Amino acid sequence: MRPAVFQSTPPPRPSPVKLGVDQVRAWFGSHQVLHGIDMQIPEQSVTAIIGPSGCGKSTLIRSLNRMHELTEGARLEGRITLDGVDVYGKDVDPVLLRRRVGMVFQKPNPFPSMSIRDNVLAGLRLTRSLDRSRAAEITETALRGAALWDEVKDRLDTPGVSLSGGQQQRLCIARSLAVAPEVLLMDEPCSALDPVATSRIEDLIHTLKTTYTIVIVTHNMQQAARVSDYTAFLLTGELVEFSETNRLFTSPRDTRTEDYITGKFG
Amino acid sequence: MRASETIAMTTGSPDSTRTATELRGVPPRGERLIEMALAGAGLLTVFTTVGILMVLAVESFEFLKQVGITALIFDTQWTPLFADKHFGLWPLLAGTALTSLIAIAVALPLGLLSAIFMSELASERARKILKPALEMLAGVPTIVYGYFALVVVTPLLQRVIPDLGGFNALSAGLVMGIMIMPLIASLTEDALYSVPRSLREAAYALGASKVPTILRVVVPAAMGGISASVILAVSRAVGETMIVAIAAGQEPHLTLDPRVPIETMTAYIVQVSLGDTPAGTLEYRTIFVVGTALFLLTFGMNVLSYRLSRRFRGAT
Ligand SMILES: Nc1ncnc2c1ncn2[C@@H]1O[C@H](COP(=O)(O)OP(=O)(O)OP(=O)(O)O)[C@@H](O)[C@H]1O
Ligand SMILES: [Mg+2]
Repeated sequence: MRPAVFQSTPPPRPSPVKLGVDQVRAWFGSHQVLHGIDMQIPEQSVTAIIGPSGCGKSTLIRSLNRMHELTEGARLEGRITLDGVDVYGKDVDPVLLRRRVGMVFQKPNPFPSMSIRDNVLAGLRLTRSLDRSRAAEITETALRGAALWDEVKDRLDTPGVSLSGGQQQRLCIARSLAVAPEVLLMDEPCSALDPVATSRIEDLIHTLKTTYTIVIVTHNMQQAARVSDYTAFLLTGELVEFSETNRLFTSPRDTRTEDYITGKFG
Repeated sequence: MRASETIAMTTGSPDSTRTATELRGVPPRGERLIEMALAGAGLLTVFTTVGILMVLAVESFEFLKQVGITALIFDTQWTPLFADKHFGLWPLLAGTALTSLIAIAVALPLGLLSAIFMSELASERARKILKPALEMLAGVPTIVYGYFALVVVTPLLQRVIPDLGGFNALSAGLVMGIMIMPLIASLTEDALYSVPRSLREAAYALGASKVPTILRVVVPAAMGGISASVILAVSRAVGETMIVAIAAGQEPHLTLDPRVPIETMTAYIVQVSLGDTPAGTLEYRTIFVVGTALFLLTFGMNVLSYRLSRRFRGAT
């Protein structure tokens, strides 16, 4: 064995690509919303998607777990890969894909007829994959993962909708974590929350990225700067710039990016 | 009032008066007239209801003075029109319960399934054909259903059930089920349709497929509306008159056997009302007693329906 002093620090290895987006174009009816998006989203990182309202951020994130196609008249072309596998491939079941690529929505949407516990376990129950003997453990792990356990551990049987907005959103995150996804998509998860609840979710995102690959849409550029490793700037359905967050905010390559992050429009 | 006058009254007055009345605005007269007309219409329905309740109460009270309440509750026969008079309400209640139960047993599954199909599974085109067709079913006059039960359904059923009477609770109940099915289907469809899209999306995003999403997320979220629709349908079945008067016979029997003729509360009221029973007699008063019982029953159910839909709404 060679002495430690001779070991040189290895160059930072680029983490493998988790999600590949290749020439993705999307339509609602005849209205084209995405015009050829290319992105390589690295594993165990946080990627923020920013851009003015209506530029297609939701459409893009929803095409990653094939929620886009649930809208009537919605259509998509191009390739999206998860670990190199085309998720729009013929033999891919969108239902199975969505168990690996979870999603948290803009407005907290816990199931109104279910208790906190049932909300957490809903994904497993709905997919008939709940191992009853592990239910308690899964509930606790998921709620701890979403930094909600201490607040709700004494009232797991009260309705999920009885929580505050921020707690409901963390419950929705816990619900997603319970099905053990690899990717977590978040579409403006904090836009309905106050600053305190927002910073709790941001802290949570920091912790979660050690396990999950996270893609987050946000209106808030400070938030993008705070939580993400990579940022994509979208403008009228085109990807203007996609690079490391630091770089994008300090030395943007495109003048349109610069205009947007300095608040000249949007 | 002519249109030109209305316009003159409601459009602003010239500037000279404007400063004085700027804040102390009086609603224009046209508006007040409309308000009064609306209030009048509201009062009319209140008076009608109160009037009906008073007639029911007065006549029932007269009846109870003569017969007493124990006869209503403890007698098991209802024969007010015979020489040997009995006033036990149970046979009529049993008749109503039996036909209504059969009707709900038919209408509930069919109504729920067609509502789920229309709201969740059918293509836009199929829904456009189905919903009007269902609503047409609800628009068929009940007398048509009554004769349909008597001359079509009963003979058909008699081939399968040989000892089925020519008049029976079964075919009346079955046809009544067909009649109230659209009510359940349509109200349930509304309830399902108004479940926010975000809940379905949440389920799909968790990797749920369509059927579990419908059964475990959408239907429970719509439970308030669904149960209200079911109770409304039961209340409709309890109050339904023509079908049971025509097809179920007019023989009060204390039985839960669907094969034999029975008489419901409503059918009894028809029977006496159509006969030549003189006003003021005991026989005549029995229809008000039955009417009161019917009213209390449906009123109770409407209250329950209201409570249920409120409780479930409170949960969402
Ligand atoms: N269900 C839909 N049907 C038709 N058009 C839609 C639908 N959803 C979105 N669009 C259109 O697609 C375009 C992109 O919408 P998208 O929701 O992706 O924007 P966004 O960037 O998420 O906006 P926001 O920041 O306001 O959420 C918009 O022009 C919008 O009008
Ligand atoms: Mg959006």
